[in-house]
Amino acid sequence: MNNRPVELEVTNLCKYYNAGRKRVLKAVDDISFVIHKGETLGIVGESGCGKTTCGKTCIGMLQPTSGQVKYQGKDVHHLTKKERFDFSGKVQMIFQDPYASLDPHQKVYDIVAEGIRIHKLAQTKEEEERMVLELLDMVGLNSEHAMRNVHEFSGGQRQRIGIARALAVNPEFLFCDEPISALDVSIQAQIINLLMKLQKEKDLTMLFIAHDLSMVKHISDRIAVMYLGNMVELSPSSDLYRKPLHPYTEALLSAVPIADPKASRERKKIMLTGDVPSPVNPPAGCRFSGRCSRCTDICLNKRPELKEIEPGHFVACHLYNNL
Amino acid sequence: MSTLVNVKNLSVSYFTYAGEVQSVRGISFDIEKGKTTALVGESGCGKSVTSKSLLGLIEKPGVIKEGSQIFYEGKNILEFKDKEWFAFRGKECSMIFQDALVSLNPTMMVGKQIMENLQNHNDAHLSQSEIQKRAQEMLDLVGIPDSHACMNKYPHELSGGMRQRVMIATALITNPKLLIADEPTTALDVTIQAQILELMKQLQKKLGMAIIMITHDLGVVADIADEIVVMYAGKIVERGSNEEIFYNPRHPYTWALMNSVPRLDLDNKQELVTIEGSIPDMINPPKSCAFCSRCPYAMNICAEYEPETVDLGNGHQVACWLTDPRADITGVPFHTGGGKHE
Repeated sequence: MNNRPVELEVTNLCKYYNAGRKRVLKAVDDISFVIHKGETLGIVGESGCGKTTCGKTCIGMLQPTSGQVKYQGKDVHHLTKKERFDFSGKVQMIFQDPYASLDPHQKVYDIVAEGIRIHKLAQTKEEEERMVLELLDMVGLNSEHAMRNVHEFSGGQRQRIGIARALAVNPEFLFCDEPISALDVSIQAQIINLLMKLQKEKDLTMLFIAHDLSMVKHISDRIAVMYLGNMVELSPSSDLYRKPLHPYTEALLSAVPIADPKASRERKKIMLTGDVPSPVNPPAGCRFSGRCSRCTDICLNKRPELKEIEPGHFVACHLYNNL
Repeated sequence: MSTLVNVKNLSVSYFTYAGEVQSVRGISFDIEKGKTTALVGESGCGKSVTSKSLLGLIEKPGVIKEGSQIFYEGKNILEFKDKEWFAFRGKECSMIFQDALVSLNPTMMVGKQIMENLQNHNDAHLSQSEIQKRAQEMLDLVGIPDSHACMNKYPHELSGGMRQRVMIATALITNPKLLIADEPTTALDVTIQAQILELMKQLQKKLGMAIIMITHDLGVVADIADEIVVMYAGKIVERGSNEEIFYNPRHPYTWALMNSVPRLDLDNKQELVTIEGSIPDMINPPKSCAFCSRCPYAMNICAEYEPETVDLGNGHQVACWLTDPRADITGVPFHTGGGKHE
């Protein structure tokens, strides 16, 4: 995978918010990573760790406080009007809530066709119709659904409409922000299978955000773990479970329930005490220091850097300083 | 083991303008004392309605149909008068909900809310200060640091996990014999979820209450349940012990549910099992097996007659035609218990 060209390059990305009374909320604090062409990068972390903010900043929906995001070599946040327009044809997004992200007044046909019209991908009305029906077919809806209103559909079907809309402009990059968390278990599997199939067919690059670790592991090639605005670990997805390096990753993985009673009983669980601290006033040094069982003096004062411990496996933790 | 609750032929319908929505259609099951029973199923399968019936919380246009019986320690609670319900709810049986911020009163201090439940069921005639002491003990028991300060806080000052702990403390202060937990960890992060599940297990050991756990997360079920009841379209399709259901599912719906979630501890990237189609319209549910239209192994008989519940021993019951000795089981990926054996 690594020999393919870099699609998205993020360097020292920071996104701060003004939290009032001269306080600063560091939602994303100094994050760097790359995504290669055709790869799926999953970002996991607890709520409030900055994964959505990070994703939104990466695709230019938010302006960063500092740092740079390059998509195919171009800075996402300093595009000309023309480049910006092309960018929106290449990068698309699938949202978490299929109820809130689709206009209830529009017909399914118009929702899917909007992107085709804006980017003038169809020369004639017939061609447009053919494209829309093809897209609906691709996501498992049929032609009679096209003229219906969104409110007539169930959650899983709406998510499919959202995917069809995102695919309408033939994107190269897909940002999926918790696309399955609002759906029932059996429907989740359908959407995940669909996304994986489409990725293979169209050679899509994906940034996949979810809090369901088992789903993220299933769909991603590499996984990034975030904690309080920092990236604490980045590794190939199979390595991450087999050999988590960061104490937080270890605890996070051990907290995920496993749908197997024997395995669930036998495995070792690491209980984290306390809650995630406020991002307005995070601990100095390592952000995880307050909840870490292996915390030392250096952790309280110095922030660990993300370092490559094994080929492709990065971790930000002082425990690995001497390796 | 003795039975605490015995649900017999429970049917609940909601009379709407569109017609009679048959949410629960004649289900029967038992809850053992001190055990955890998990109700599993997709949204709209009737699991929440079932638990609400146990607390007498079915409101118009919902109606518990005639012929339904719920025995709690031998008494049919569906015949309760308002006064008896008042003594029952919160005292014998408590409930905790998914969203603690909505369920707790935002304008009332945490301590007062916990005390309120015991004040309503003050059979031992405790004094006010004793009740307050009990409330603080409960906060200690559910693992809240600095319980004294917490008594005088409002719910919005606490984090999600802490609020869920407060709700558990409120529910358990009267020492109920049955705790109904409706998706108690769905809104929480995994690390907090693990804490709450561990807490529930500990409290069960200490206080000995039975738990009804309503959830769609099979990982949570595997972790906490003793018994599993799988519901589909208002009916119980399969029930049995935790291990029986996970390692020996006999119903195609159960099997598909188990295989539709990827396993974190296994390295496989194969396609997940999906259940195509959607749940039937509950205004006009099919007379035959309700899962028939989505079942890849459906036979002719499945669309004609409803399968009877078959007892497979060890408390494992399943309602599926595939358990019949005459069934065609070619291509069925799990052991059905029926079909021709060669």
